[in-house]
Amino acid sequence: MQTVRVQPWEHGTLADYTMSADRDPLGSQLLEHVYFSREAATGGAGVGGAGCGCN
Amino acid sequence: MRSLLITIIFSINFILGTVLSVHADTHIGDTFPSLSATLGGDLPDTHNKIVLVDFWATWCAPCKASFPVYKNLQADFASQGFVVVAVSVDTVASAYTHYITTTPPGFFTIRDTNQSLVKQVSVPVMPTSYLLSKDGRVRYIHKGFHSSKTEIELRKEITTLLAEKN
Repeated sequence: MQTVRVQPWEHGTLADYTMSADRDPLGSQLLEHVYFSREAATGGAGVGGAGCGCN
Repeated sequence: MRSLLITIIFSINFILGTVLSVHADTHIGDTFPSLSATLGGDLPDTHNKIVLVDFWATWCAPCKASFPVYKNLQADFASQGFVVVAVSVDTVASAYTHYITTTPPGFFTIRDTNQSLVKQVSVPVMPTSYLLSKDGRVRYIHKGFHSSKTEIELRKEITTLLAEKN
C-alpha cells in the first residue's frame, strides 16, 4: 500500500471543524459522565491543538 | 485475472503518487518563482525591492499570529523599498475573503487559487516566509513563527538587504 504524505499546505482539511473529535459537546459531556461514574476518574481525554500541525 | 487487475491498479496508483508527490524544495540562493506568472492578479510593484513572501492560511493559527509583525515591518520599511506579499494557500475562497475583510492585515495579500506557487516552492511548514533580494533570489527562509524572536531576525535581515541595495 502506498504511503501518501500530506503536505503542509494541505493541512486545512485536517483542521476542518468536521475533523474535530468533540464537535458534539453534549454527547462528549454525557460520555465523560458515564466514564467518571464507571471509573471514578476523569480527564485525560485529549490535548489542545487545532489539527493543522502548525506548531 | 482479478489479481492482475489489482496489480495494474496498484502500479498506476504508485507511479502517479510518486510523480505527483515530488516537489522541489526552495533553498537559499535559488531564484524564487515569478509571482506574476504563478499568482496573476493585481500584485504590488516588486521591481528593485526587497520582498517578503509569506505563505499563510486561515486555518493556521501561528500564520495569523504573525500578521501584526508583518504589518509593522511593512510600515517601517516600505519607504526604503520593502514590500510584504502574503500568499494564502486556502482552498476555500469564502474563508479567505471573510478573514481579510473582518481582519484587514495591513499589507498585501493574495490567494494562491490553485496552490500552484506553494507547490512550486514546496514550503516545509506553515507558516514559512521567504525574504528575497532585489534580484529575486531567496536570501533568508523563516520556518514557523516565534513571536519577537522572528521579528528581531527579520528586522536584522531586512536591514542588511536594504543596506546592500544602497
